[in-house]
Amino acid sequence: MSNTAISVTDLSKKYGDQVAVSHATFEVPLGTICGFVGPNGSGKTTTMRMLLGLITPTGGTGEILGESIKHPEKYLPRVGAMIEGPAFYPALSGKENLNVLATLGGFSTDRVQGLLEQVGLGDRGKSKFKTYSLGMKQRLGIAAALLPNPKLLMLDEPTNGLDPEGIQEVRALLRSLANDGTSVFVSSHLLSELELISDYLVMLRKGEVVFTGKMSDLMLSQQPVIIAKGANEDDLVKLLAIAQQAGHHATIRDGAVHVQGPAQWAVEFNRAAFTAGITLSQLTPQLPNLEETFFEMTGDK
Amino acid sequence: MWNVAFAELRKLRRPTLFFGTMGAVVFFSALFSSLLFLLIDSPQGNSDRGRTVGREVLGLATGGVQGFSNVGGFLGIIALCVFAAQTAQEYTYGTLRNLLVRQPGRLRILLGKFLAMNFFAVVMIVLSAIVSIGASVILAPRAEVSTDLWFGVDGRHAIFTTFINVTVSVIGFGTIGMVLGLLLRSPISAISFGVLWLLIVENLLIAVKNSWEKWLPGAQLSAIATGGGPTGRSVGIEYSHALLVGGIYVAVGATIASLLFVRRDVAN
Repeated sequence: MSNTAISVTDLSKKYGDQVAVSHATFEVPLGTICGFVGPNGSGKTTTMRMLLGLITPTGGTGEILGESIKHPEKYLPRVGAMIEGPAFYPALSGKENLNVLATLGGFSTDRVQGLLEQVGLGDRGKSKFKTYSLGMKQRLGIAAALLPNPKLLMLDEPTNGLDPEGIQEVRALLRSLANDGTSVFVSSHLLSELELISDYLVMLRKGEVVFTGKMSDLMLSQQPVIIAKGANEDDLVKLLAIAQQAGHHATIRDGAVHVQGPAQWAVEFNRAAFTAGITLSQLTPQLPNLEETFFEMTGDK
Repeated sequence: MWNVAFAELRKLRRPTLFFGTMGAVVFFSALFSSLLFLLIDSPQGNSDRGRTVGREVLGLATGGVQGFSNVGGFLGIIALCVFAAQTAQEYTYGTLRNLLVRQPGRLRILLGKFLAMNFFAVVMIVLSAIVSIGASVILAPRAEVSTDLWFGVDGRHAIFTTFINVTVSVIGFGTIGMVLGLLLRSPISAISFGVLWLLIVENLLIAVKNSWEKWLPGAQLSAIATGGGPTGRSVGIEYSHALLVGGIYVAVGATIASLLFVRRDVAN
């Protein structure tokens, strides 16, 4: 049996001359949480749709839970998904919407109330979907994805519209599902969220995979950054020049100088700034977070 | 396929849709049948488009189902709207992707929905038959129409054949609604196009050239409901001709729409 939840090779989708996904190749190991990141329009949703059999790839191959994506009927009973936001019948209640999907998939409707409670909608199950807030709709979408008791959960921006408490609950839910052996493939524009929960990462840019692998490998491969601020705003340019003269890559971002270099160089940087007559108001060596790494790799900022 | 049908029935039984539709069916069935008897002596006629159906015709074995037969075309329009809305709303609500994730067999989705909507249509037709025939029985004595033959052997046969004809016609209209829903992917567009075509465009075309009625889809399906012969807008289409031409329209439309549905990417 395959030990990958998702495995795609050269997966491509073109609409006329427009390339949505180009030769995407990546694997998601079983039982992990894999973050799927990329700017808007980078092909995340298109890739997910191809994996779910909603759209036909123009090239490449793929396997989900060991079955070819050409035969979605073989793996979809074990897959839960929420793609491009929650979509339900507005005139039906949340519970009735889940009953429709349970009946359709041949699952017991006895699970429905438990799932509503699991996502915090236990007392609103009888309200019509059209009366739900965005956060509640999102929770219902997650409940629907959990209906088949999935081996693989594919969620597209599941924390959209959720308040901080809701985001934390989703994070805990995904972690607990992964601990129970469910593989989770989740896209989000909240990179800080993915950084907290993901074991694996697939990064897309303009339809191409720019990174795939363990989150820890990515973060360790990144050079530490020293962030410095002078007491005066004019000092930034001088600090930039000092760092560049010392042979380091440096940029001015968010009112501070970001210097790529080892943490211990901060001492020398401080000394050089003092010699140049600059009083530092901040000098912080740190590892870049996922967001900074993402922008660095995709060159989007 | 059965799972899809049962899931679809859960949607069709929601009170606003179910009672709203059945309410309209009861109202118009009662109206069509009542007018036949209440306006029997009216110089403006008592049937559609000013036709007069006299006591001698209403007193035949087929008299009891005259109103039911007349309302058949209207039931077809209702079925077209329901089938079109139930199909196209999957696109506008974005729920089609949920359906396809839970049931990737696209033809099964179509067949299951079709089965459930046909069941809904049959409930509608049975209700209409009960109301139409019931109203006729109640109003016949007042209009001095004999009901002696209505429930004899020939009368029961007439009820059965009219029920079958109306059912075939309504399912034909419904299938056209489903095809429009699949092609246009918007309930408003599908219903508007269907109703405008059936109620206005076809009538205009027939007014321009009478012989065209033998080749227009709505005219064929209406003729099936009445068992062929003259209708309000028709001097007469043979039943077998209506069945053949109407069947071809429905089959070709259903085939094209099914092929598109199976092959088309679900990108919204």
